[in-house]
Amino acid sequence: MKAFIQGTGSISAQDSTVFPATIREYEGNRLPVADPDYKQWIDIKQIRRMGRVIKMGVGASHISLQDAGLAMPDAIITGTAYGCLADTGVFLNKLVTQQEDMLTPTAFIQSTHNTVAGQIALMLGCHGYNNTFVHGAFSLENALQDSLLFLQENPARNILAGALDEITEYSHTILSRFGLYKNAHTQQLLRSGTPGTVAGEGAAFFVLGAEKNAQSKAELTGVEMIYRPASVEETAAHISQFLQRHGLQPADVDLLLTGRNGDAHGDAYYENIEGTLFARQPVAAFKHLCGEYPTAAAFGMWMAVQALHTGQVPAAAMFKGNAPAALKRVLIWNHQHTTHHSLILLTAC
Amino acid sequence: MSEQVWIAGGEVICGIGLNLAHCLDAFEKMQPGMGAMQHLRSAHASTFPVAEVKAGNEELAAMAGMPAHWSRTALLSMIAAKAAWNSTGLGPIAHYRVGLVSANTVGGMDKTEHFMEAFLQDNTTGRLREVVHHECGSITELVADALGVRRHVSTISTACSSGANALMYGARMIRAGMLDAVIAGGTDALTRFTLNGFNTLMILDQQKCRPFDDTRTGLNLGEGAGYVVLVSERLAEQTATWCRLSGFANANDAYHQTASSPEGTGNFIAMQGALNMAGLQPADIGYINLHGTGTQNNDSSEGLAIVRLFDGQYPPVSSTKSFTGHTLGASGGIEAVFSAYALQQGIIYPNAQFTTRMKELPFAPVITFSRGNALRHVMSNSFGFGGNCSSLVFSK
Repeated sequence: MKAFIQGTGSISAQDSTVFPATIREYEGNRLPVADPDYKQWIDIKQIRRMGRVIKMGVGASHISLQDAGLAMPDAIITGTAYGCLADTGVFLNKLVTQQEDMLTPTAFIQSTHNTVAGQIALMLGCHGYNNTFVHGAFSLENALQDSLLFLQENPARNILAGALDEITEYSHTILSRFGLYKNAHTQQLLRSGTPGTVAGEGAAFFVLGAEKNAQSKAELTGVEMIYRPASVEETAAHISQFLQRHGLQPADVDLLLTGRNGDAHGDAYYENIEGTLFARQPVAAFKHLCGEYPTAAAFGMWMAVQALHTGQVPAAAMFKGNAPAALKRVLIWNHQHTTHHSLILLTAC
Repeated sequence: MSEQVWIAGGEVICGIGLNLAHCLDAFEKMQPGMGAMQHLRSAHASTFPVAEVKAGNEELAAMAGMPAHWSRTALLSMIAAKAAWNSTGLGPIAHYRVGLVSANTVGGMDKTEHFMEAFLQDNTTGRLREVVHHECGSITELVADALGVRRHVSTISTACSSGANALMYGARMIRAGMLDAVIAGGTDALTRFTLNGFNTLMILDQQKCRPFDDTRTGLNLGEGAGYVVLVSERLAEQTATWCRLSGFANANDAYHQTASSPEGTGNFIAMQGALNMAGLQPADIGYINLHGTGTQNNDSSEGLAIVRLFDGQYPPVSSTKSFTGHTLGASGGIEAVFSAYALQQGIIYPNAQFTTRMKELPFAPVITFSRGNALRHVMSNSFGFGGNCSSLVFSK
């Protein structure tokens, strides 16, 4: 069960048209998205009504289809932890403040979690398989796994898979009250050694096919989720077994791309297993570039696919050791609050 | 496909019963579950009937073995998911590689909308425990943790077709040999958010809904949860099973964000795809559990897609939403349980409140409960917002 990544597209805190030659740095507890001009993909009348996460999703999906040279996918599969928060917030606000009176449908219609996948299908006229996973830090991973299973049924298919999440004023205020965030400069975030991280948002999409073609950027070799491991040892064993199933040892991984986010407690978990399993492997990171959000691994995957395609790991992404001279295999290991771990194995093609 | 996926059991909780046996009784006695709101607090309480689960949160919490301050959506999910697993007689979950794939549409919104009352006055107030389970996936994890499911936990949200897609994903993981069993279905509690949302679309009926009836004027919302237990062939040999999940397909109508295309393009592709996977002809289907919400647009599209696909040979059809109301994210799960059980028992469910055949259709739904039907294959439809259309086929 593997797939070739024929195209990718990302809208994030980084300007994907110049990344990684130009890196955007931020200071604060929240990284905003570098909004592209959405008019290139979406009718101006529609743009005004659309929530930001819908625009990001539609934009990133268009970029990835264009990158793959594909006009019409056979399936659209998305992942989002929070869904369409802005429209949900608008409808909730009016519901409460107007005491359930004089409400209008637009925000409600756009509040459902499948809005983005539905909107992409609508704009493309795509009648194919359409699914949306809404499971926190496993949303992207389930979308990828569903894609691989769907491809296994029929290898002739092309799948548009991606993940997205947005920050809103309400969500940032509420999540901040849980003590998740701190003020930091993105260059210093990963070495801050204190609790907390910075919030992020974004959308990244991938066109997946079973056959290698002229557009293929990298191979999606495997994806795995580990839910509530009982110990660090269990996670380490799981990572080893995952690599073994693909005929690999930890030493065969050219680059470990971790989801470290500057939160001292969470980052220590990466340190621990890096020390035992990946002591000689160079380690990179991505959340100082995109911020922390449940589907941030999609940004990491987008960056890793680019690196495998060009053979260059962005210098700004390196955390430990030197960027490998020859890049064949990247293992993305991400966790959220140490309870939700995911592994995405990518191979150069 | 290489491996067959079997249904080893299932359970529901909804507006017509706290379990499947109660629901069958309500079908047989023609007792729909819609009535005035007893548990949801809404300005529209006297306007729109709803099919509430007939128990308060304290009672549901006791049944679920969970705290009463947790989202009603989690309580309903736990009650049905646990009962579904127990119905299989497979014993401890820890003995197998078990996954939970659950669908819902608004997560812990019942608590979030209460939180917002304080938060909107002063954003430093509102109890955080009311939003900690806001995310859809969080609801599934509360249930997975209580059941002891760790191998795979995921949540799907494709509006009204969510529950059906949960069965598809579970079946794919079993076929790929990743899991031995998957508890698959969906859950949703009534919330003011969804009630008001559907009200803005002007598709709520102020009377009991009348699916596939020419006089229909909208849907009634309901709540509940329903799960089947999908098992691999190997596990199916160790236990009694209801039937197989022989076919499934998901398509997008790609017509409008909320409305169905007049001819039901997505509905047609989904039904046809499910038949193709099962290797069946339309004439093989012995009963269709309709999506059948009761809105003008939904029923017309679904009916015309059935006309196109079944082309003169119409099996008995009915919408159990005429009893349960539209339970949104739960409906695909609840109706999968009804459909699989109907096949095993030879039951055809009635369509309540029916008086007048739709002008555009050459067939009408079944209006009486019957047992002893020689069913070989049953179809269950779930279509919804975002153009998401899913169809499941169960076979003996």
